[in-house]
Amino acid sequence: MNSERLTKRIIACLDVDGGRVVKGVKFQELRDAGDPAELARTHAAAGADEIVLLDITATSGERQTLIEIVGRTARQLFIPFTVGGGIRTLDDAARVFDAGADKVSINSAAIAGPELISNIANRFGSQAVVVAIDGKRGQQSPAEAEVFVAGGRKSTGRKVVDWAKEAESRGAGEILLTSMDRDGTGIGFDCELTASVAGTVSIPVIASGGAGNVQHFQDVFSEGKADAALAASIFHFGTHAVAELKQTLLHAGIPMRWPC
Amino acid sequence: MIAIVDYGAGNISSVKKAFEHLGASVQVTSDPVVIASAEKVVVPGVGHFNRCEFLNERLRLPVMEAVKQGKPFLGICVGMQWLFAGSTEAPGTPGAALFAGECSRFPAEVKSPHVGWNQIDVREGSRLLRGIENGAFVYYTHCYRAPLVPETVASSGYGGEFSAAVERDNVFGVQFHPEKSGDTGLMLLENFCEL
Repeated sequence: MNSERLTKRIIACLDVDGGRVVKGVKFQELRDAGDPAELARTHAAAGADEIVLLDITATSGERQTLIEIVGRTARQLFIPFTVGGGIRTLDDAARVFDAGADKVSINSAAIAGPELISNIANRFGSQAVVVAIDGKRGQQSPAEAEVFVAGGRKSTGRKVVDWAKEAESRGAGEILLTSMDRDGTGIGFDCELTASVAGTVSIPVIASGGAGNVQHFQDVFSEGKADAALAASIFHFGTHAVAELKQTLLHAGIPMRWPC
Repeated sequence: MIAIVDYGAGNISSVKKAFEHLGASVQVTSDPVVIASAEKVVVPGVGHFNRCEFLNERLRLPVMEAVKQGKPFLGICVGMQWLFAGSTEAPGTPGAALFAGECSRFPAEVKSPHVGWNQIDVREGSRLLRGIENGAFVYYTHCYRAPLVPETVASSGYGGEFSAAVERDNVFGVQFHPEKSGDTGLMLLENFCEL
Protein backbone atom coordinates (compact mmCIF):
# COMPACT_ATOMS: atom_id res chain seq x y z
CA MET A 1 0.00 0.00 0.00
CA ASN A 2 1.23 3.47 -0.83
CA SER A 3 2.07 5.03 2.50
CA GLU A 4 1.59 8.67 1.50
CA ARG A 5 -1.78 8.68 -0.09
CA LEU A 6 -3.92 11.58 0.96
CA THR A 7 -6.42 11.65 -1.87
CA LYS A 8 -7.68 14.61 -3.84
CA ARG A 9 -11.32 15.30 -3.07
CA ILE A 10 -14.24 15.60 -5.45
CA ILE A 11 -16.90 17.76 -3.87
CA ALA A 12 -20.47 17.88 -5.11
CA CYS A 13 -22.14 21.25 -4.66
CA LEU A 14 -25.89 21.62 -4.35
CA ASP A 15 -27.25 25.10 -4.99
CA VAL A 16 -30.45 25.40 -3.03
CA ASP A 17 -33.15 27.98 -3.65
CA GLY A 18 -36.32 27.99 -1.59
CA GLY A 19 -35.67 24.47 -0.37
CA ARG A 20 -34.98 22.85 -3.75
CA VAL A 21 -31.75 22.13 -5.59
CA VAL A 22 -31.51 24.26 -8.69
CA LYS A 23 -29.11 24.23 -11.57
CA GLY A 24 -28.37 26.92 -14.03
CA VAL A 25 -25.72 28.56 -16.11
CA LYS A 26 -24.25 31.76 -14.71
CA PHE A 27 -27.15 32.00 -12.27
CA GLN A 28 -29.63 32.20 -15.12
CA GLU A 29 -32.30 29.78 -16.20
CA LEU A 30 -32.53 28.21 -12.77
CA ARG A 31 -34.24 24.89 -13.03
CA ASP A 32 -35.49 22.52 -10.36
CA ALA A 33 -33.14 19.54 -9.99
CA GLY A 34 -34.56 17.86 -6.94
CA ASP A 35 -34.65 17.44 -3.20
CA PRO A 36 -31.39 18.38 -1.40
CA ALA A 37 -31.37 15.48 1.07
CA GLU A 38 -32.08 12.95 -1.66
CA LEU A 39 -29.50 14.37 -4.07
CA ALA A 40 -26.85 14.57 -1.34
CA ARG A 41 -27.39 10.88 -0.61
CA THR A 42 -27.27 10.01 -4.29
CA HIS A 43 -23.98 11.88 -4.81
CA ALA A 44 -22.47 10.32 -1.68
CA ALA A 45 -23.44 6.83 -2.85
CA ALA A 46 -21.97 7.56 -6.28
CA GLY A 47 -18.61 8.44 -4.73
CA ALA A 48 -18.57 12.15 -3.92
CA ASP A 49 -16.03 12.77 -1.15
CA GLU A 50 -17.90 15.63 0.35
CA ILE A 51 -21.13 17.57 -0.05
CA VAL A 52 -21.51 21.35 -0.06
CA LEU A 53 -24.96 22.83 0.22
CA LEU A 54 -25.08 26.42 -0.88
CA ASP A 55 -28.18 28.42 -0.05
CA ILE A 56 -28.71 30.88 -2.87
CA THR A 57 -32.15 31.92 -1.67
CA ALA A 58 -32.46 35.63 -2.26
CA THR A 59 -34.82 36.35 0.62
CA SER A 60 -33.55 36.16 4.17
CA GLY A 61 -36.98 35.19 5.48
CA GLU A 62 -36.47 31.57 4.52
CA ARG A 63 -33.61 30.76 6.91
CA GLN A 64 -35.75 28.34 8.86
CA THR A 65 -36.38 26.35 5.68
CA LEU A 66 -32.62 26.03 5.27
CA ILE A 67 -32.13 24.78 8.83
CA GLU A 68 -34.76 22.09 8.26
CA ILE A 69 -33.10 21.04 5.02
CA VAL A 70 -29.67 20.91 6.64
CA GLY A 71 -31.09 18.70 9.40
CA ARG A 72 -32.84 16.40 6.97
CA THR A 73 -29.76 16.15 4.73
CA ALA A 74 -27.33 15.58 7.59
CA ARG A 75 -29.34 12.78 9.15
CA GLN A 76 -28.58 10.42 6.26
CA LEU A 77 -25.14 11.68 5.31
CA PHE A 78 -21.96 10.17 6.75
CA ILE A 79 -19.36 12.06 4.77
CA PRO A 80 -18.25 15.67 5.41
CA PHE A 81 -21.05 18.17 4.93
CA THR A 82 -20.52 21.92 4.44
CA VAL A 83 -23.24 24.54 4.44
CA GLY A 84 -22.86 28.05 3.03
CA GLY A 85 -24.92 31.05 2.05
CA GLY A 86 -26.23 33.76 4.31
CA ILE A 87 -24.13 32.90 7.36
CA ARG A 88 -23.38 36.30 8.86
CA THR A 89 -22.91 35.74 12.58
CA LEU A 90 -21.60 33.18 15.05
CA ASP A 91 -25.23 32.42 15.94
CA ASP A 92 -26.08 31.72 12.28
CA ALA A 93 -23.14 29.31 12.19
CA ALA A 94 -24.13 27.68 15.49
CA ARG A 95 -27.63 26.98 14.18
CA VAL A 96 -26.26 25.33 11.06
CA PHE A 97 -23.85 23.19 13.12
CA ASP A 98 -26.65 22.21 15.50
CA ALA A 99 -28.66 21.10 12.50
CA GLY A 100 -25.83 18.72 11.56
CA ALA A 101 -23.34 20.54 9.31
CA ASP A 102 -19.65 19.76 9.82
CA LYS A 103 -18.34 22.96 8.28
CA VAL A 104 -19.71 26.35 7.34
CA SER A 105 -18.65 28.32 4.32
CA ILE A 106 -18.54 32.08 4.80
CA ASN A 107 -17.92 34.69 2.14
CA SER A 108 -19.22 38.30 2.17
CA ALA A 109 -19.66 38.34 5.95
CA ALA A 110 -16.02 37.43 6.46
CA ILE A 111 -14.91 40.32 4.28
CA ALA A 112 -17.24 42.70 6.12
CA GLY A 113 -16.01 41.51 9.53
CA PRO A 114 -13.02 39.17 9.39
CA GLU A 115 -13.29 38.45 13.13
CA LEU A 116 -16.19 36.15 12.20
CA ILE A 117 -13.57 33.66 11.01
CA SER A 118 -11.80 33.51 14.37
CA ASN A 119 -15.06 33.61 16.31
CA ILE A 120 -16.32 30.48 14.58
CA ALA A 121 -12.88 28.82 14.64
CA ASN A 122 -12.46 29.41 18.37
CA ARG A 123 -15.78 27.85 19.17
CA PHE A 124 -16.04 25.05 16.62
CA GLY A 125 -12.44 24.56 15.52
CA SER A 126 -10.62 25.69 12.38
CA GLN A 127 -11.60 22.52 10.54
CA ALA A 128 -15.18 23.79 10.64
CA VAL A 129 -14.51 27.09 8.87
CA VAL A 130 -14.28 27.32 5.10
CA VAL A 131 -13.65 30.79 3.74
CA ALA A 132 -15.12 31.13 0.25
CA ILE A 133 -13.41 33.60 -2.04
CA ASP A 134 -14.86 34.75 -5.36
CA GLY A 135 -11.97 36.01 -7.47
CA LYS A 136 -11.82 37.74 -10.83
CA ARG A 137 -8.74 38.73 -12.81
CA GLY A 138 -9.76 39.10 -16.44
CA GLN A 139 -6.58 39.14 -18.50
CA GLN A 140 -4.35 40.05 -15.58
CA SER A 141 -1.91 37.85 -13.69
CA PRO A 142 -3.13 35.69 -10.77
CA ALA A 143 -1.41 38.06 -8.33
CA GLU A 144 -3.76 40.81 -9.52
CA ALA A 145 -6.96 38.80 -9.03
CA GLU A 146 -9.49 40.73 -7.00
CA VAL A 147 -12.02 39.59 -4.40
CA PHE A 148 -15.70 40.11 -5.21
CA VAL A 149 -18.65 39.78 -2.84
CA ALA A 150 -22.44 39.80 -2.97
CA GLY A 151 -22.60 36.93 -5.43
CA GLY A 152 -19.83 38.40 -7.55
CA ARG A 153 -21.52 41.75 -8.04
CA LYS A 154 -19.39 43.95 -5.79
CA SER A 155 -15.67 44.54 -5.99
CA THR A 156 -13.78 44.84 -2.70
CA GLY A 157 -10.48 46.15 -4.02
CA ARG A 158 -8.71 43.36 -2.14
CA LYS A 159 -6.29 40.92 -3.75
CA VAL A 160 -7.32 37.26 -3.63
CA VAL A 161 -3.90 36.08 -2.50
CA ASP A 162 -3.72 38.59 0.37
CA TRP A 163 -7.21 37.80 1.56
CA ALA A 164 -6.52 34.05 1.46
CA LYS A 165 -3.43 34.60 3.59
CA GLU A 166 -5.34 36.73 6.07
CA ALA A 167 -8.19 34.20 6.26
CA GLU A 168 -5.68 31.48 7.09
CA SER A 169 -4.04 33.56 9.81
CA ARG A 170 -7.46 34.28 11.33
CA GLY A 171 -8.22 30.59 11.63
CA ALA A 172 -9.80 29.41 8.39
CA GLY A 173 -9.44 25.66 7.89
CA GLU A 174 -9.88 25.63 4.12
CA ILE A 175 -10.22 28.07 1.22
CA LEU A 176 -12.96 27.59 -1.35
CA LEU A 177 -11.72 29.54 -4.35
CA THR A 178 -14.17 30.32 -7.14
CA SER A 179 -13.01 31.87 -10.37
CA MET A 180 -15.65 34.38 -11.47
CA ASP A 181 -14.02 34.43 -14.89
CA ARG A 182 -14.62 30.71 -15.33
CA ASP A 183 -17.78 30.08 -13.32
CA GLY A 184 -20.49 28.57 -15.47
CA THR A 185 -18.36 28.52 -18.62
CA GLY A 186 -17.35 24.86 -18.63
CA ILE A 187 -13.98 25.78 -20.19
CA GLY A 188 -11.92 24.60 -17.22
CA PHE A 189 -10.78 25.77 -13.81
CA ASP A 190 -8.44 28.75 -13.46
CA CYS A 191 -5.38 26.60 -12.69
CA GLU A 192 -2.98 29.54 -12.49
CA LEU A 193 -5.08 31.37 -9.92
CA THR A 194 -5.59 28.16 -7.94
CA ALA A 195 -1.87 27.40 -7.94
CA SER A 196 -1.00 30.89 -6.79
CA VAL A 197 -3.35 30.62 -3.80
CA ALA A 198 -2.34 27.02 -3.02
CA GLY A 199 1.30 28.13 -3.04
CA THR A 200 0.55 30.95 -0.60
CA VAL A 201 -1.42 29.19 2.15
CA SER A 202 -0.75 25.89 3.87
CA ILE A 203 -4.43 25.06 4.40
CA PRO A 204 -6.27 23.09 1.71
CA VAL A 205 -7.57 24.92 -1.34
CA ILE A 206 -10.79 23.82 -3.02
CA ALA A 207 -11.01 24.93 -6.65
CA SER A 208 -14.34 25.91 -8.12
CA GLY A 209 -15.69 27.43 -11.29
CA GLY A 210 -15.30 26.23 -14.86
CA ALA A 211 -15.45 22.44 -14.65
CA GLY A 212 -16.65 21.04 -17.95
CA ASN A 213 -14.92 17.72 -18.44
CA VAL A 214 -12.62 15.20 -16.78
CA GLN A 215 -9.44 16.77 -18.15
CA HIS A 216 -10.29 19.99 -16.31
CA PHE A 217 -10.21 18.14 -13.01
CA GLN A 218 -6.92 16.48 -13.86
CA ASP A 219 -5.43 19.88 -14.73
CA VAL A 220 -6.58 21.59 -11.55
CA PHE A 221 -5.10 18.83 -9.39
CA SER A 222 -1.77 18.62 -11.19
CA GLU A 223 -1.13 22.15 -12.51
CA GLY A 224 -3.45 23.98 -10.14
CA LYS A 225 -2.15 22.18 -7.02
CA ALA A 226 -5.72 22.05 -5.72
CA ASP A 227 -6.46 19.76 -2.79
CA ALA A 228 -10.08 19.40 -3.82
CA ALA A 229 -12.32 20.39 -6.69
CA LEU A 230 -15.92 21.39 -6.49
CA ALA A 231 -18.53 21.23 -9.20
CA ALA A 232 -22.26 21.53 -9.33
CA SER A 233 -23.61 21.24 -12.84
CA ILE A 234 -21.36 18.41 -13.99
CA PHE A 235 -22.83 16.09 -11.37
CA HIS A 236 -26.37 16.70 -12.50
CA PHE A 237 -25.60 14.94 -15.78
CA GLY A 238 -26.34 11.69 -14.04
CA THR A 239 -25.55 9.64 -11.00
CA HIS A 240 -22.64 7.91 -12.73
CA ALA A 241 -20.81 11.16 -13.35
CA VAL A 242 -18.85 11.12 -10.07
CA ALA A 243 -17.90 7.48 -10.34
CA GLU A 244 -16.69 7.82 -13.91
CA LEU A 245 -14.80 10.99 -13.10
CA LYS A 246 -12.99 9.40 -10.16
CA GLN A 247 -12.05 6.26 -12.06
CA THR A 248 -10.66 8.25 -14.95
CA LEU A 249 -8.63 10.48 -12.63
CA LEU A 250 -7.32 7.47 -10.75
CA HIS A 251 -6.08 5.95 -14.01
CA ALA A 252 -4.40 9.27 -14.79
CA GLY A 253 -2.39 8.96 -11.58
CA ILE A 254 -4.38 11.35 -9.37
CA PRO A 255 -4.90 9.76 -5.91
CA MET A 256 -8.62 9.21 -5.45
CA ARG A 257 -10.82 7.52 -2.89
CA TRP A 258 -11.93 4.63 -5.07
CA PRO A 259 -13.68 2.28 -4.71
CA CYS A 260 -15.71 4.08 -2.09
CA MET B 1 -26.60 3.61 26.94
CA ILE B 2 -23.52 5.12 25.35
CA ALA B 3 -22.35 8.37 26.96
CA ILE B 4 -20.89 10.85 24.48
CA VAL B 5 -18.76 13.13 26.61
CA ASP B 6 -19.27 16.81 25.85
CA TYR B 7 -16.30 18.85 27.01
CA GLY B 8 -16.63 21.83 24.70
CA ALA B 9 -14.39 20.48 21.97
CA GLY B 10 -16.29 21.40 18.87
CA ASN B 11 -19.37 20.07 17.22
CA ILE B 12 -20.35 16.57 18.29
CA SER B 13 -23.78 16.30 16.73
CA SER B 14 -22.46 14.15 13.86
CA VAL B 15 -21.11 11.54 16.28
CA LYS B 16 -24.47 11.37 18.03
CA LYS B 17 -26.29 11.18 14.70
CA ALA B 18 -24.12 8.30 13.44
CA PHE B 19 -24.75 6.23 16.59
CA GLU B 20 -28.47 6.96 16.40
CA HIS B 21 -28.48 5.87 12.77
CA LEU B 22 -27.13 2.52 13.99
CA GLY B 23 -29.96 2.28 16.50
CA ALA B 24 -27.81 2.86 19.60
CA SER B 25 -29.10 4.66 22.65
CA VAL B 26 -26.83 7.65 23.24
CA GLN B 27 -26.69 10.59 25.57
CA VAL B 28 -24.51 13.67 25.08
CA THR B 29 -23.38 14.66 28.55
CA SER B 30 -20.90 16.45 30.76
CA ASP B 31 -22.49 15.03 33.90
CA PRO B 32 -20.20 12.66 35.89
CA VAL B 33 -23.26 10.75 37.15
CA VAL B 34 -24.47 10.02 33.61
CA ILE B 35 -20.98 8.92 32.57
CA ALA B 36 -20.79 6.63 35.59
CA SER B 37 -24.09 4.99 34.67
CA ALA B 38 -23.23 4.47 30.98
CA GLU B 39 -22.34 1.08 29.53
CA LYS B 40 -19.91 2.61 27.08
CA VAL B 41 -18.11 5.92 26.88
CA VAL B 42 -17.16 7.93 23.80
CA VAL B 43 -14.87 10.97 23.97
CA PRO B 44 -15.09 12.75 20.60
CA GLY B 45 -13.58 16.12 19.88
CA VAL B 46 -12.00 18.32 17.32
CA GLY B 47 -9.87 21.38 17.77
CA HIS B 48 -7.12 22.32 20.19
CA PHE B 49 -5.66 19.89 22.73
CA ASN B 50 -6.05 22.51 25.47
CA ARG B 51 -9.79 21.72 25.44
CA CYS B 52 -8.77 18.59 27.32
CA GLU B 53 -8.24 20.82 30.39
CA PHE B 54 -11.98 20.73 30.99
CA LEU B 55 -11.93 16.97 30.58
CA ASN B 56 -9.05 16.69 33.03
CA GLU B 57 -10.57 18.97 35.63
CA ARG B 58 -14.18 17.89 35.61
CA LEU B 59 -14.53 14.48 34.04
CA ARG B 60 -11.24 12.63 34.37
CA LEU B 61 -12.37 10.61 37.40
CA PRO B 62 -15.63 9.19 35.99
CA VAL B 63 -14.04 8.54 32.59
CA MET B 64 -11.01 6.78 34.09
CA GLU B 65 -13.28 4.81 36.42
CA ALA B 66 -15.25 3.57 33.39
CA VAL B 67 -11.98 2.49 31.76
CA LYS B 68 -10.87 0.74 34.95
CA GLN B 69 -14.16 -1.16 35.08
CA GLY B 70 -13.50 -2.38 31.58
CA LYS B 71 -16.37 -0.51 29.95
CA PRO B 72 -15.75 -0.06 26.21
CA PHE B 73 -14.17 3.34 25.63
CA LEU B 74 -13.69 5.11 22.29
CA GLY B 75 -11.68 8.30 21.83
CA ILE B 76 -12.08 10.10 18.51
CA CYS B 77 -9.53 12.60 17.10
CA VAL B 78 -8.53 14.79 20.07
CA GLY B 79 -10.29 12.18 22.21
CA MET B 80 -7.77 9.62 20.97
CA GLN B 81 -4.84 11.98 21.43
CA TRP B 82 -5.95 12.43 25.05
CA LEU B 83 -5.30 8.70 25.62
CA PHE B 84 -1.58 9.44 25.18
CA ALA B 85 0.69 11.18 27.68
CA GLY B 86 0.09 14.58 26.11
CA SER B 87 0.57 16.70 23.04
CA THR B 88 3.10 19.31 22.02
CA GLU B 89 0.07 21.41 21.05
CA ALA B 90 -0.58 22.12 24.76
CA PRO B 91 2.46 21.07 26.79
CA GLY B 92 0.81 22.04 30.10
CA THR B 93 -2.20 19.78 29.51
CA PRO B 94 -1.62 16.13 30.37
CA GLY B 95 -3.42 13.27 28.66
CA ALA B 96 -4.67 10.07 30.28
CA ALA B 97 -1.34 8.31 29.57
CA LEU B 98 -3.02 4.98 28.79
CA PHE B 99 -0.70 4.74 25.80
CA ALA B 100 2.94 5.75 25.82
CA GLY B 101 4.30 8.74 23.95
CA GLU B 102 3.28 12.20 22.99
CA CYS B 103 1.29 13.60 20.07
CA SER B 104 3.13 16.04 17.84
CA ARG B 105 2.60 18.25 14.81
CA PHE B 106 3.12 17.06 11.24
CA PRO B 107 6.59 17.87 9.91
CA ALA B 108 6.96 21.12 7.97
CA GLU B 109 7.47 19.35 4.62
CA VAL B 110 3.78 18.41 4.37
CA LYS B 111 0.80 20.74 4.40
CA SER B 112 -0.91 20.98 7.74
CA PRO B 113 -3.73 20.33 8.54
CA HIS B 114 -4.05 16.86 7.04
CA VAL B 115 -7.56 17.14 5.63
CA GLY B 116 -9.32 14.56 3.52
CA TRP B 117 -9.54 10.87 2.80
CA ASN B 118 -6.52 8.67 3.41
CA GLN B 119 -6.06 4.92 3.58
CA ILE B 120 -5.49 2.81 6.67
CA ASP B 121 -3.07 -0.06 6.94
CA VAL B 122 -4.95 -2.48 9.18
CA ARG B 123 -3.21 -4.88 11.58
CA GLU B 124 -4.85 -8.25 12.04
CA GLY B 125 -6.91 -9.12 15.08
CA SER B 126 -8.44 -5.74 15.90
CA ARG B 127 -11.95 -6.01 17.34
CA LEU B 128 -12.77 -2.40 16.53
CA LEU B 129 -11.77 -2.81 12.87
CA ARG B 130 -13.37 -6.23 12.36
CA GLY B 131 -14.52 -6.57 8.76
CA ILE B 132 -12.73 -3.43 7.60
CA GLU B 133 -10.39 -4.07 4.71
CA ASN B 134 -6.75 -3.17 4.58
CA GLY B 135 -6.46 0.02 2.51
CA ALA B 136 -9.95 1.28 3.42
CA PHE B 137 -10.43 5.04 3.14
CA VAL B 138 -11.22 7.20 6.16
CA TYR B 139 -11.72 10.93 6.66
CA TYR B 140 -9.17 12.97 8.62
CA THR B 141 -8.91 16.57 9.71
CA HIS B 142 -6.06 17.31 12.16
CA CYS B 143 -2.67 18.98 12.63
CA TYR B 144 -1.31 16.71 15.37
CA ARG B 145 -1.01 12.95 15.41
CA ALA B 146 -0.08 10.12 17.75
CA PRO B 147 3.06 8.03 17.31
CA LEU B 148 3.08 4.34 16.43
CA VAL B 149 2.88 2.22 19.58
CA PRO B 150 2.67 -1.55 20.20
CA GLU B 151 -1.13 -1.12 20.53
CA THR B 152 -1.46 0.52 17.10
CA VAL B 153 -4.02 -1.49 15.11
CA ALA B 154 -4.09 0.77 12.03
CA SER B 155 -1.77 3.38 10.63
CA SER B 156 -1.85 5.98 7.88
CA GLY B 157 0.93 7.74 6.04
CA TYR B 158 1.26 11.49 5.83
CA GLY B 159 4.58 13.09 6.64
CA GLY B 160 5.52 9.63 7.94
CA GLU B 161 3.41 6.90 9.48
CA PHE B 162 1.21 7.63 12.49
CA SER B 163 -1.39 5.82 14.58
CA ALA B 164 -4.77 5.81 12.88
CA ALA B 165 -6.24 3.52 15.54
CA VAL B 166 -5.07 2.11 18.85
CA GLU B 167 -6.63 -0.69 20.86
CA ARG B 168 -5.91 -2.39 24.17
CA ASP B 169 -8.55 -4.52 25.87
CA ASN B 170 -11.64 -2.31 25.79
CA VAL B 171 -9.82 0.98 25.26
CA PHE B 172 -9.99 2.21 21.65
CA GLY B 173 -8.91 5.37 19.92
CA VAL B 174 -9.18 6.58 16.33
CA GLN B 175 -7.53 9.65 14.86
CA PHE B 176 -9.89 9.80 11.88
CA HIS B 177 -13.62 10.57 12.05
CA PRO B 178 -15.65 7.36 11.77
CA GLU B 179 -18.84 9.43 11.79
CA LYS B 180 -17.66 11.06 8.54
CA SER B 181 -15.97 8.07 6.93
CA GLY B 182 -18.91 6.62 5.03
CA ASP B 183 -19.66 2.91 5.29
CA THR B 184 -16.20 2.12 6.70
CA GLY B 185 -16.79 4.47 9.61
CA LEU B 186 -20.29 3.16 10.26
CA MET B 187 -18.93 -0.39 10.35
CA LEU B 188 -16.37 0.64 12.97
CA LEU B 189 -19.03 2.30 15.11
CA GLU B 190 -21.24 -0.74 14.76
CA ASN B 191 -18.36 -2.93 15.94
CA PHE B 192 -18.04 -0.66 18.96
CA CYS B 193 -21.79 -0.88 19.66
CA GLU B 194 -21.62 -4.67 19.54
CA LEU B 195 -18.78 -5.01 22.05
